This record gives sequence, structure tokens and C-alpha cells, in this order.
Amino acid sequence: MEMKTNGWQPKIVAFFCNWCTYTAADLAGVSRMKYAPNIRIIRLMCSGRLDPQFVMAAFARGADGVLIGGCHPGDCHYVEGNYKTLRRMTLLKRMLADLGIEEDRCRLEWISASEGDKVKWVVNDMTEKLRALGPLDLPGKHKEWDAEMEALEKEVQTQQEGEPSHVH
Amino acid sequence: MSTKPKIGFYWCASCGGCEESVVDLAEDVLMVTGAVDIIFWPCAMDFKKADIEAMPDKSIVATLLNGAIRSSEQEEMAHLLRRKSQVLIAYGSCAHTGGIPSLANQFTREQIMKFVYEDAPTMVNDQKTHPQPHSRDNGHELEIPVLRNVVRALDQVVDVDYYIPGCPPTPKLLKEAVLALLSGKLPPKGTVLAPDHAVCQECLRNDSKPQDISLTEFKRPHEIIADPEKCLLAQGLACMGPATRGGCDAVCIKGNMPCTGCFGPVSRVHDHGAKILSYLASTAAGKEEDEISATLAGIPDPVGTFYRYGLAKCLLRGKVS
Repeated sequence: MEMKTNGWQPKIVAFFCNWCTYTAADLAGVSRMKYAPNIRIIRLMCSGRLDPQFVMAAFARGADGVLIGGCHPGDCHYVEGNYKTLRRMTLLKRMLADLGIEEDRCRLEWISASEGDKVKWVVNDMTEKLRALGPLDLPGKHKEWDAEMEALEKEVQTQQEGEPSHVH
Repeated sequence: MSTKPKIGFYWCASCGGCEESVVDLAEDVLMVTGAVDIIFWPCAMDFKKADIEAMPDKSIVATLLNGAIRSSEQEEMAHLLRRKSQVLIAYGSCAHTGGIPSLANQFTREQIMKFVYEDAPTMVNDQKTHPQPHSRDNGHELEIPVLRNVVRALDQVVDVDYYIPGCPPTPKLLKEAVLALLSGKLPPKGTVLAPDHAVCQECLRNDSKPQDISLTEFKRPHEIIADPEKCLLAQGLACMGPATRGGCDAVCIKGNMPCTGCFGPVSRVHDHGAKILSYLASTAAGKEEDEISATLAGIPDPVGTFYRYGLAKCLLRGKVS
């Protein structure tokens, strides 16, 4: 298996709805299907619970990709939840592109409770695509951005140590 | 020497609007100047950096610093004022969340410098001269500050005690903050000194906001004459009120203009723009992707619209590649 950097493997945070996609992942498990171990699944009651903040937080904390799985249109346990997800994801994907996040890093899939094989296929496919893209590593990038402040901060600290402190 | 508490004002990457908001206190500015000594205010009074350096640490009761931090000089001043002040207050959107200047985080420093010094339509610069941090002129060594790679909110550079939001903050909030400082009745450190509810809660049109909003088209303010009584969001204007902190008395909506989000998020929200995106996108009508996309095309610049005052505080902090 080809790897982009030393031992790096893509990390995918997956938000699956309780009624369809999570059940499908369960089915994939009990059917002993083998698929890439790169996802960490978070179960939501409905894909409509997915606040776009979750996606932003996942990337900011080091995810290479975010996968959202919900019921097929028309099949939502809560009738309308997945339509709200579709609307939010449509705009979120556009905004993420403007912020320099590649399209393949954020993916929405409709996977019903009986589609264990689709879970397998989607996770494998996404893992391959992320492997080709390489790490996103936002925590590392942010650290790199802030390195420019280190010299001045150090200078300020030595100044403070050299002078008497006036604690209020 | 006066024993009145010492207060400082300072500006970094800002437009001057925050300074104006101090003047907007009108007669109340006399109450403020009567109760405190303003020891530093470069916009209005002649004090120098050296005056501040000569003061003992923590001898300023409070410094209200406005503007984002984007140059080495501003960073240095933030450190100096932090050290000399008991309380450091991030004043206004730019210091609080990065403000308009942090929209520059969509571009690299090189792109910005090239545009400003070479490509801008108003620029004539055949030699492609760029400012240099160090230079010599007539035997003198000259130094200017450097632009940082990213624009930061104040608390991304130094420790901040309180925040006063707004672009600019309203005189009412400033007055309340000064009174709280003088009485010593301050809330826990890290508090935003404004109510912790959404703009909608103080909006006079809140009753006209329908339970469900389903829009087939987003309109921009110049494209319609909005009904002055009805909820602007229900009229198709992208109003940020539902996801933005109140405290402004919905002043823009009173002027028949939608909220643009300058007070930042309420305390439970971690990413203001993502939260705005969440409710605004879910108001789009339709169940088919094409239909939804067509409606949402009415928001041509999601980053500039949702993070107008706070790209520095977006969880991604700017364009990442």
C-alpha cells in the first residue's frame, strides 16, 4: 500500500444517522465485510443534527476528511431532516472550496440500513482519494502560521524577567 | 499627580470607527474623563510609546484596544499594553474576532503585497518597489514593521480579559463597561460585555418572523425596497440576526438594513460563520440539489458574508491552502 508520508494514514471523521447509515455500518460489521479502518464514526440521531460547526471542528482538529451519511431522500425517520442536511452541505461544500479545502475531503452519502456494502465501498473509495490528496494537518498548519510570533514573544518574556514585577 | 484610575485607548489594524464610538458618548464623555485619567490615546492625544514603557507594570487600570493584529509593531504594542494594564479589553469587532481586516486571511501576504504595490488600478510602480523592513537613506538606517502572514484577533496574540463587540461598539456598551470597571463589579474573565442572546430577541420585527421560512431566492439589500415592518429574513434578505449576539438594539434593522453579524456569536457558538451558514442554508426551498443550488447562488460569497467580521476566529482561521 502506497503511503504519502512516513506512516501517515488518512483520518476520516464520519457522522452517521442512527436509523440508516449507522445501521448499515452495523450490518457491514455483522456481515464481516472488510473495509478501510480509517473512519471514526460518530452516531447522530439524524443527519439533520449535523451542525456545520462539527465539520469545521473536525478539520481544525486534524481530520483529513469528513463523511456524512444519512437516509435516502424521502426516507428520513424525521421526514425532513436529510433535506436540511442537503441544503446545508450544498452551501458548506462551496464555502469549504473557497477556504482551500479540496472537494474530496467532505462527502455526503445517502446509505440506507440495508446497504452495508455501500458503507464498505464509500469508506474504501474516500480513503483512497484522501490518500492521493495527502494530509490536511490543520493543527500543524496553524502551528506553522504562529511560528512567526515566537521571536517577539520570547523577547517580551525576557524583558519581564529582567525587571521588578508590579503585581496589582 | 492625579489618583484617578488610568485608562488607555489604542488602535491597531482598524478604521478609526472605534475611536469615533468613544466620541459618540457625547456628554457622557465628560463623565468618563471626570472619573478617569486617559493616559494614552494616540488618535486624540500626544503620548508616546516611551511614556508607556516608563510606567510600572500593571499601572493602567484598563486598556481598550481596538483593531486586529497584523503587523510586528501592533504585536509589540499589544504585548506592551498587556504588561502595563491590569485589565485588557478587546474593543470592537477587529480586536474581538479579527474584523474586516481578517478577510485578508483568504490571501497570502505575497498576493496582498503584489496587488497593493503592483497590480492595483491606482498604482504606478514601474520599478516594482516594495517596502523593505530594513533600508538605508542618506546614511541613516531605517526600519519599518513587517506584515505578518495572517491577521489575528487580539486574544490570538496576548491574554485578553474582556471583549466589547461591535463594528463599532455602541456608546451604551462602552458606558456600561466603564461603569463596571469603576465600580469593580466585573463579570468572570473572558466575558463578552454584551447580552448573551441573539439579535432577533431585541428586534422589533421578531413577531413577524414566520415559524418556517422557505426562500426560493435570496435578495441583496439594493435589489428591493424592504417592507419596514416585516422580518427581513422572511423577505429574502440574508439577515445574520438569528446567529449573532445582540446588545446593539437591532440598530441596523431599525434602519431597514439586515444584520451583517458585527457583534460576533453568542457564547454557545464556536464558529459564527458556520452557524450562520447552517440556518441560512436550511431556509432554501426545494428538495432537489439543482433547485437548492440555484437558490443558494443568491449568496455569491459565503466566506465574505458569513465571516465578514471574524475570519480570524473561524475554526479554520482563513484559507488553508
